[in-house]
Amino acid sequence: MSAALVASAVAARDPALQRRWLALLAAAVVLWPLLVLAEFQPWTLFDARSLRVTGRFLAQFVPPRHDAEFLALLACETWRTVAIATAGMALAGLIALPLALAMTERLSVSAVGGRMARGPAWLRQAVRACTVVLRSVPELVWALVFVRVVGLGPTAGVLAIAIAYGGMLAKVWAEILESADAAPAQALLGHGAGRLQTGLYAALPASAHELASYTVYRWECAIRSSVVLGFVGAGGLGQQLDNAAKLFAGGEVSAILLVFMALVALSDRVSAWIRRGLA
Amino acid sequence: MSLSAPVVVELGGLQVAPMPGAAPVLKGLDLRLTAGEQVAVIGASGAGKTTLLLALAGMLRPSAGRLALFGQEPWTLGTAARQRQRARALLAPQVPPLPPRQRVVTAVLAARLPQMSLWASLRTLWTPRVADAERVQRALVALDLPDKLWLRVDRLSGGERQRVGLARLLVADVDLWLVDEPLSALDPARAELVMRQLTETARAEGRTLVCSLHQVEVARRCFARTVALREGRVVYDGPSSGLDDARLQALYGGALFASPATPVAESLPAAAPLPQAMCR
Repeated sequence: MSAALVASAVAARDPALQRRWLALLAAAVVLWPLLVLAEFQPWTLFDARSLRVTGRFLAQFVPPRHDAEFLALLACETWRTVAIATAGMALAGLIALPLALAMTERLSVSAVGGRMARGPAWLRQAVRACTVVLRSVPELVWALVFVRVVGLGPTAGVLAIAIAYGGMLAKVWAEILESADAAPAQALLGHGAGRLQTGLYAALPASAHELASYTVYRWECAIRSSVVLGFVGAGGLGQQLDNAAKLFAGGEVSAILLVFMALVALSDRVSAWIRRGLA
Repeated sequence: MSLSAPVVVELGGLQVAPMPGAAPVLKGLDLRLTAGEQVAVIGASGAGKTTLLLALAGMLRPSAGRLALFGQEPWTLGTAARQRQRARALLAPQVPPLPPRQRVVTAVLAARLPQMSLWASLRTLWTPRVADAERVQRALVALDLPDKLWLRVDRLSGGERQRVGLARLLVADVDLWLVDEPLSALDPARAELVMRQLTETARAEGRTLVCSLHQVEVARRCFARTVALREGRVVYDGPSSGLDDARLQALYGGALFASPATPVAESLPAAAPLPQAMCR
């Protein structure tokens, strides 16, 4: 009997195979017109004229400027950039935590053993829409708005990062909470614990690793982002980069880029260190 | 059991699906439990033991039939009232639902969250009160885990984790214990200890105990009453001593082993090698 079962199961083709081929084909059909529409022409990169221009610009990068006066300025602006990114991330976390906990369907009391009640389901959709609004406006636009409101300087950068990243963190945190093992949260909700209690005792500890690592990665993004915000007057290294680029000071540009690389490497280390602490 | 004891569980023609929209696993189940009773639930895999326990915990909504817990039908209550009712029962699933990176003391105290305010639960997360830590340590000692209080759950073996999951029962302030396969990861000596602790503590503290088991021997020795399920229905409900071999054959000798070539005796699940003194 068992030999017949084995033979019949293998004789039938892999039931997932046809769907996989179709998905691959669909991806190709969708991607090709998109590449054409985006005027994606990588060969222009290797055009002789653009190679010459690029080469001249890169030649200026060596050596990076390293006199004492510039290094002091660089240190000060670096510190300001880190401060903008960190303060912005802290505020973003404060915005994101309640939104993420409110969005997570795993933490729905009314959904235990049945269908989610209509009120909470609508509330979740409303919170989701709210995070879409927060993150669909790029932080550059938020920065332009806040520069008008609070004037030139780091405050505008902090607020812009806080709002745009608050929406992103909320969405991704909710997805991380949603993808962890459901059993701990279900057990506590099914024992009559509250939504927030369940979040604290089951959902957050179950995904602490992933939450920490994604948040540190976002901090790294916030540092890069604060650079772009500097271009519109939100202070920090970005403003220096803007000035240097406008003056065609290749040595200064490369020095600032080296600092960026150091900061990104640092955030990599911090992330690994936090993950090891949680492991 | 005295006849005047309050009714804890009353099921009539209960039909429950394991997920909303799925085909029912419990197909018309009748059951009545009074306060302080101890009942073993046996049956082959897929007979509906876990689904029954989830329904008794108020975690699955019946598709038909009557389900009353503590004299109230949970699915006619509002969400808040149903949460208060759920707080009176605790289900210990077969796979303990403990976050791996949580400390044992915190994971066990989570069973007392319904009694804690949000502030108290935050404070306990930071560091537990001495009285609470002592309460957890007493439960751990009772289950032979005397040195695990401050360890993280992922540092424990499978059997230790299962006992930590059961320690939640011992610290919880509930009227109804629902235990799903508590012995599945335990060695014979620990299995004996756990069954003795659960039955004796439930008796001493007046808690109602419903325990699903694969080991028919344990049901016979430790429980006065056994409910046997087959394909979502109760096929035996009575004194455990009345479970003779003929009934067990009918219970486990299902369609899969129905071919005459298979001797029925081999199709019986092997009873776990438990000491004779078990639960005496």
